[in-house]
Amino acid sequence: MTDALEILATVMDPEVPVLSVMELGIVRQVEVDPAGAAIAVTVTPTYSGCPAMHTIEAEIRKALLAAGFQAVELKTVYAPAWTTDWISAPAREKLRAFGIAPPGAASGDLVPLQSAARRIDCPYCGSADTEVVSHFGATACKSLYRCRDCRQPFEHFKPF
Amino acid sequence: MSAPLFEYLLRLGDDRLVLGHRLSEWCGHGPILEEDIALANLSLDLLGQATLFLRLAGEVEGLGRDEDALAYWRDEHEFRNLQLCELPRGDFAFTMVRQLLFAAWNVHLLDALERSSHAGLAGITAKALKETRYHLRHCSEWVQRLGDGTAESHGRAQGALDELWPWTGELSYQDEVDAALQAEGMVPQLEPLRGPWEAQAREVLVRATLTVPAGPPRMSGGRFGRHTEHLGHLLAELQIVARSHPGATW
Repeated sequence: MTDALEILATVMDPEVPVLSVMELGIVRQVEVDPAGAAIAVTVTPTYSGCPAMHTIEAEIRKALLAAGFQAVELKTVYAPAWTTDWISAPAREKLRAFGIAPPGAASGDLVPLQSAARRIDCPYCGSADTEVVSHFGATACKSLYRCRDCRQPFEHFKPF
Repeated sequence: MSAPLFEYLLRLGDDRLVLGHRLSEWCGHGPILEEDIALANLSLDLLGQATLFLRLAGEVEGLGRDEDALAYWRDEHEFRNLQLCELPRGDFAFTMVRQLLFAAWNVHLLDALERSSHAGLAGITAKALKETRYHLRHCSEWVQRLGDGTAESHGRAQGALDELWPWTGELSYQDEVDAALQAEGMVPQLEPLRGPWEAQAREVLVRATLTVPAGPPRMSGGRFGRHTEHLGHLLAELQIVARSHPGATW
């Protein structure tokens, strides 16, 4: 079991290559049969239409087969719904170091008309003087920002 | 219970499949690059939600149809989407006003469905709700910007609202499908959602200096397969590859 978790910790998200599927909280359950030959991994998608999920499942399968498991089963669960709150503090630091501003706490409230005046610090210079460029970035899970101090455009992992 | 639930899931899935396709038509045509990407993201969310609702519909039906079979191999009269969703994309103002009205309705509908007694339905709804909240915020900001913008953008946004408003009557349409599932605690009464929806939409529209049309929204027949002339053309494009090359894979 420990081995399996260590292997899964090396499977990185294709869109956010500094975080593993474990750090993202995509892997919800791992079951290994007593003989250690078969393994079942339960995953949950991030966004409904995330196109990276197919790649992620293929990478998980490949890594476990390469590690010697003979049968790999992948299961999908939808509840509880994935949330960025499952990303740990060390993983958030990795995001920042990679140039992606980490998410704040996910809120269950209905989104008000105006953007919540949440402070998003620039992951490059640390300045709080940043502005949103677009709520939707290159992937569904990120939005686009610009730092008014160092002028660096950067991505923000949306609280979800 | 499987037949009403199947019908209900088609309604949820088809709304998203058809509107998601409409949004995808903007890909490469957005007014600015960031917005082009944003519209593609909204489309992707809706198509992802459609996948989950239609997959569940196929499982509930139990005849071996998956989400692809339901998307590509049903004809126009078998689609259960709101007519609101199939109207041509129009200009950017039309797209944004429609998306606002749709998202505002769905934050309330999905919020209620999240408490469904059907675990499978509740599970995929929770995720869709989070996505829809982001859609609502995005569209609210754009509608405000357009309505309270230049004379040109205001005129276009007002024109879009005037044209779209009558189609919103269908949002709260319910029939024996809803009644059967409401009795099981699976789905909410739709009429009580109308007030909160309209309040939410009006808040944005008033800030956008737009005038909500006075006439009552009219009813239509999308929920039982009666559609405008536009759906057939949309489906022709959506289904042509699958039907020309049955069983083809990438």
